[in-house]
Amino acid sequence: MAKTANGAGGANGSKALTRQQYLDLYYFMRLNRAVEDTMVKLFRQNKIVGGLYSSLGQEAVSVGTAYALEKKDWLAPMIRNIGALLVKGVPPRDIFMQHMAKYDSPTKGKDGTSHFGDLENLHIVSPISMLGDLIPVMTGVAIAGRYLGQKIVAMTWIGDGGSSTGVFHEGLNFAAVQKAPFVLVLENNQWAYSTPVRRQVPLDNLADRAKAYGIPSYTVDGNDVVAVYSTAKEAVERARKGEGPILLEVKTFRRMGHAQHDPAEYVPKEMRAHWEARDPIALYERFLTGEKLLDAKSKREIEEKIDALLSKERDFAENSPMPPPEFATHGVYCTGDECHKIRPKWERPIAEVTPPKSSVAAVWTVAGFGSGKSSGGGRAPIHFGDTEKHLKDGASAEEASRVDGKTRAANAPAKKITKPAVVANKSKAQARKAGR
Amino acid sequence: MATAAKETGIKPAAATQVTFLEAIKQAMYEEMERDPAVVLIGEDIGVYGGAFKTSEGLLEKFGWERVIDTPISESAIVGAACGMSYLGLRPIAEMQFIDFIVCAFNQITNFVAKGHYLWDAPAPIVIRGPAGGGVHGGPFHSANPEMYFVHTPGLKVIYPSTPYDAKGLLKAAVRDNNPVLFFEHKFLYRRIKEEIPAEDYTVPIGKAAVRREGKHLTIISYAAMMHTSLEAAGELAKEGIEAEVIDLRTLLPLDEETILASLKKTNKCLVVHEDTKTGGIAGEIAAILCERAFGDLDGPLMRVTALDTPVPYSPPLEEYFLPNKEKVLHAARQLAKY
Repeated sequence: MAKTANGAGGANGSKALTRQQYLDLYYFMRLNRAVEDTMVKLFRQNKIVGGLYSSLGQEAVSVGTAYALEKKDWLAPMIRNIGALLVKGVPPRDIFMQHMAKYDSPTKGKDGTSHFGDLENLHIVSPISMLGDLIPVMTGVAIAGRYLGQKIVAMTWIGDGGSSTGVFHEGLNFAAVQKAPFVLVLENNQWAYSTPVRRQVPLDNLADRAKAYGIPSYTVDGNDVVAVYSTAKEAVERARKGEGPILLEVKTFRRMGHAQHDPAEYVPKEMRAHWEARDPIALYERFLTGEKLLDAKSKREIEEKIDALLSKERDFAENSPMPPPEFATHGVYCTGDECHKIRPKWERPIAEVTPPKSSVAAVWTVAGFGSGKSSGGGRAPIHFGDTEKHLKDGASAEEASRVDGKTRAANAPAKKITKPAVVANKSKAQARKAGR
Repeated sequence: MATAAKETGIKPAAATQVTFLEAIKQAMYEEMERDPAVVLIGEDIGVYGGAFKTSEGLLEKFGWERVIDTPISESAIVGAACGMSYLGLRPIAEMQFIDFIVCAFNQITNFVAKGHYLWDAPAPIVIRGPAGGGVHGGPFHSANPEMYFVHTPGLKVIYPSTPYDAKGLLKAAVRDNNPVLFFEHKFLYRRIKEEIPAEDYTVPIGKAAVRREGKHLTIISYAAMMHTSLEAAGELAKEGIEAEVIDLRTLLPLDEETILASLKKTNKCLVVHEDTKTGGIAGEIAAILCERAFGDLDGPLMRVTALDTPVPYSPPLEEYFLPNKEKVLHAARQLAKY
C-alpha cells in the first residue's frame, strides 16, 4: 500500500493536531457521508435530476486536503469532492438544491452536481465536465494571487483518469515554469469509469508524473485522513512559501460505480473487499477512540448534530421552487458594473507593477548557464559566445544549465549536439512556423 | 536585471498616422498604463515582442509579471487567463496565429464562455491574434475561425478593419466584463495607415459602421474584405450603381438594426467575407433578413466568400480561393439588375 509521505502522521502517529482539529476532520467526514447518503435517498425518490456521483470511501481525501487550506485560499472541486465544499463552508442545502435543479441553488438550476462556485466569499471555482481544465485555470488563480500580493494557495483535484488529458500536462507544466503557489491533488481511486488505472497509466505511483515537470510530489494513503491532512498541510505551506506547485497523489478506491446507474461489476470482488475493510471513517473512529479523543457520548452528539442539520437543510431544499422557464435566457452576458463590479484586491503596492519600478531589460537569464570561467556567475544573460563554448566542451546546453563547469568536465561524456536548446529559444517563433 | 527601460515611444503625443499594428500596440500599452489589472500572456510576447511585434517594448516597460511568456500551450494560456480574471485581473491573451486558437477550443467554449451564465463568474479576458489570408501563410497560418465562436453564447467576437477601430475596439474589449475574441487581419497590419487621436477613446462593441452611403444595394463586409468591398463600390459608382457599404466590426453580438435600416433603403443585399461560405456569417444575415425584412427584399441575398476548402498555400491557388474585387463586382452587377 501507499507509503506515508516524509513519515508524516498516519492515524497511528502524528500528535501535531489539536483535539479540535481531530474532531473537525471527523465531523466533516461524517457530514460528507451523511450528505451523500441523503442524496441517495433523494435519488431513489426521483428527486435528483440526472446522475448522482458518489465519493463513498473517499471522504478522507476531500476533507483531509481541503482542511489544509486557509480561509483566503482558493479551491476548485471535482465531482467527488463534496467533502471539500463542506469544509470550505458550503451549506448542505446548496449541494442538495444543485442536485435537485432548484431555483434557490447556487446556479439557480442552470447546472447541477458540484458544478458551482463562489468567487466573492468562499473562493471556489466551479468545475466543468471536461477533465483537467481546472488545472490551468487554478494556475491562473495562483499567479494572480501572487501578482496581487495575496499570499494565497490554489488547490484542485484530478482523478487517475483525468491525469491523462492534454490539459493536465499543459496546466501543470505551465504552473511549474511559473512556480505557481498551486497544489494539485491526484485522487487515484483506481478506476476511470470502467477502466482500471493500469490500463490508463504505466506507472505504479501517479505521483511520478511530477518528475516530468521538475516539481515535488507525495504519495499518501487516501483512507488515512490524518496522513492526508498532514501531507496536504505540508504541501500547502511549501507552495505558499514560493516553492512552486506540488503534486499530491492520494491512493483510495471508488466504492460505488461511476454514477448511480453503474453497478461496477467490472471491479474484482477481492479488490472491493480489501478496500471496504479499510473504510476511512471506521479506521479514523478506531484511532480516535484509541487516543481517547472520541467516546460513545461525543460520537452520538456529533451524529445528532448532523441529523438535525441535514433534516433542516433537506426540508429547505425540497421546498425550494423549480426555476421559471423563461429564466433560461437570463445571464448569458455580464452587463457591466451594475451586474459585476470587477476590482482586484491589491495587497501590495501598485507602484511595484507600474513603471518605472516594473521596468526591466528584455533579456533572458538562465540559471547556472553561464557559470563557467568566463562568466559572471550563476545567472548570466544568454549570448552566443557562451553557447559556442559549451558546445565545444561537448556538453549539452541542458546539462550546462544543471551542473557547474568542473563537475561537467569530470563526469559528462562528450555528446554530439545538433541544436542548442537555448539558442532555439530565440527562434522559437520561426521554428514553430516551420513545424506547424 | 531591473534596469531603467529606454523610452519605448509607444504612446503618441498628438494625433498621428499609424498602421493597424501600431494601433494594436498603442491600445495594449495605454490600457496597461491606465489599469494595473491588465496583463499580457502568450507565446514569445515578452523578450521577442511577439511574432508580429505587437507587444514590442511592453516587457521593458511593464516587467515580467505583466508580460508573461508561456510554453506552447494554448489551453494553458486561456485557462490561466481565465483564472487570473477570477481575481479581478484583465488579461489579454495572444494566440501567436489565430489558427492556434482551436487548441484552446474547449477552454474557451466550455469554461470561459459559460461561466457567467452558469455560476455567475464573469471572465473579463481578451483573446487576440493575427488572422486571415492573402499573405501566402498556408493552411495553418491563414484561417478565419471566427464562426466557431460566433456560435457560442457568452462570447463577444470582434473583427475590425481600420486602425482607428482596432484601437478603440481593443480598449473597449479590455474594459468589457465578458470574454472577447479579437481577430486582427494580418494582411492589414502594415498595409493601411490612418490618423488616430492622441486622446483616450473607445469604439462601442456591437455597432456596425456605414462606410459608404448608397441607394441601389447594400454590401455587408468586415476585416480585409471591407476594403475590397469599398474599392468595388468605387468602381460601381462609375457605372451608376450606388452601393452602401457596411462594416460589421463586431460579429457577436451582430448589429441587426444597422443592417435592417440599410436594407430598407436599398432593398438588395450582398455579403462579402473572407471566411468560407458554408456556415459563414452571410448565412446568418440571410436568415435575419428573411425573418425580419422579407417584404423589403427586391432580389436574392448574394454571397461572395472564400471557397469551401482549406486555405491553400501556393499563390495561384490562394488567389483563386479568396474573394476579390472582380468577384464582388460580378455579383453586385448581377444583383443590381433585379
